[in-house]
Amino acid sequence: MKFLVCISNVPDTTTKITFTPDNKEFNKAGVQFVINPWDEYALTRAIELKEAQGSGTVTVLNVGEADTEPNIRKALAIGADDAIRVNAAPKDAYFVAEQIAAIAKEGAYDVILMGKESIDYNGFQVHGMVGELLGIPTVAPAMKLDMSGNTATLEREIEGGKEIVEVATPFVASCQQPMCEPRIPNMRGIMTARTKPLKVVEPTGEGARTSVAEYALPPKKQGVKLIPAESAGDLIKLLRNEAKVI
Amino acid sequence: MSVLVVVECDGGEVKKSSLEVASYGSQVAQMLGTTATAVAVGEATEANLAQLGEQGISKVLYDAEPRLKDFVNGAYTKLIAAAAEKEGAQVIVLANSNIGAAVGSRLSVRLKASLATNVVELPKNDGGSFTVKRGAFSGKAFADVVLTGDRKILAVKKNSIEALHEAGKTATVESFSASLSDADFADAPKQVVMQDQAGGVLLPEADRVVSGGRGMKGPENWHLIEDLAKALGAATACSKPVSDVDWRPHHEHVGQTGITVSPNLYIACGISGAIQHLAGVNSSKVIVVINKDPEAPFFKAADYGIVGDVFEVLPKLTQAIKELN
Repeated sequence: MKFLVCISNVPDTTTKITFTPDNKEFNKAGVQFVINPWDEYALTRAIELKEAQGSGTVTVLNVGEADTEPNIRKALAIGADDAIRVNAAPKDAYFVAEQIAAIAKEGAYDVILMGKESIDYNGFQVHGMVGELLGIPTVAPAMKLDMSGNTATLEREIEGGKEIVEVATPFVASCQQPMCEPRIPNMRGIMTARTKPLKVVEPTGEGARTSVAEYALPPKKQGVKLIPAESAGDLIKLLRNEAKVI
Repeated sequence: MSVLVVVECDGGEVKKSSLEVASYGSQVAQMLGTTATAVAVGEATEANLAQLGEQGISKVLYDAEPRLKDFVNGAYTKLIAAAAEKEGAQVIVLANSNIGAAVGSRLSVRLKASLATNVVELPKNDGGSFTVKRGAFSGKAFADVVLTGDRKILAVKKNSIEALHEAGKTATVESFSASLSDADFADAPKQVVMQDQAGGVLLPEADRVVSGGRGMKGPENWHLIEDLAKALGAATACSKPVSDVDWRPHHEHVGQTGITVSPNLYIACGISGAIQHLAGVNSSKVIVVINKDPEAPFFKAADYGIVGDVFEVLPKLTQAIKELN
């Protein structure tokens, strides 16, 4: 079975977000980039399933410029077999989905996995776009994924519960917890990752359908109003009469 | 040219987030000088759908095919696309829910539309460019996104738009068939399992949320959170460390890698306020923090705070609510 795992390169979760002076772009200066935490579920689960089957391959795909390669190597160190980088800065979800769909089609992958969304742009869009571009089912967001032959059983989160869905390969799933315990690379993995193949290809497709005009930070809070613990009940009066939220 | 609103229903009722989406859609229609039609998915009653008139909807299309009761991505996408074609919809509005995002993304490819999710404000349509504000960086920032396609799909974040209530106005309900075939139901669920929700309030839809962190010391103390939530009609939630050690289920985990919420009131109990947690809650209208450590970073993001022991403070708050009611 051929797994394709799409990873994005995102600012570490502890990053304080700032923008360039014209507010047109995210300010990357001094920021550590990591594999998108949601994508780690997809990556680890693909490796686990490949190991359980005793055959198959896990290919990592990233749409990004050369600076994303340390995280691609990290994914290889975690256990992916090879990697593809589409040499372009991601413009929007549609642009990324087109690249993934083109690679998925060419490589005839059986299972295409990715995180539910990226923690930077939070689109929650790419999985559905890829599924539609390829004309195959999408299961999003998936909390559990098991394979038996060419059939997958997934648990999909819905508001207030979950659904159990069965789909045949090929399909796309976007992953979230508690799918698996994401792995961290060990020393052997780090050593072997250096020699695993990483292919760089140029982008294709029509291009983006959206663009960001400007970024903004949320307005600053006024400051906290402290209520003494002894008269905690006063908080309820403030929430009703002042904040008017109860 | 019109605006199509996707309305999600559950057990015959229109979901609260869909009332917001309907209100959003009718305001966009007004802006564009046109009318807003809704297409309903899920299990609906005609009387409840007609009430969408109160949110400014003039007509509701409804396909009574029983298999549409549960979410089926293939069938929902085809149904909504057919409704969009029938109405000549230029703008399609849906909820930024698991259903809305899953369908919206497929729909955007099928209809060659620009898609914006996590939308928090009405669009600006001036100088020929159509711009919407959306949440980005897990709630740490906003982005003004220009949608360049002829058609636009907007997924509206919950609790970011006030639902309209024009009493007495009704919408006409029209039966609608998208001629769905068995193949459209290929990804239909085999089984649907609903979780127990404290007080029956769903976290992603909740107006008020009471959330607990490691300061609650253990799952045996969660009744304090649940009592306050019940008194307030709130949903319960937790921080990541709490769900990581299985004190609470994963679907209650709020934060950057959990659920992002934007209720009117968020009460954090025994949560220090790591940057990843703040990212998931800082678009809440009012934040209350209860923590015995006065240096807890969460106080900087709070509107109201109590420096004190959650085990003493929470019962007092629950009591005060009961007295008020």
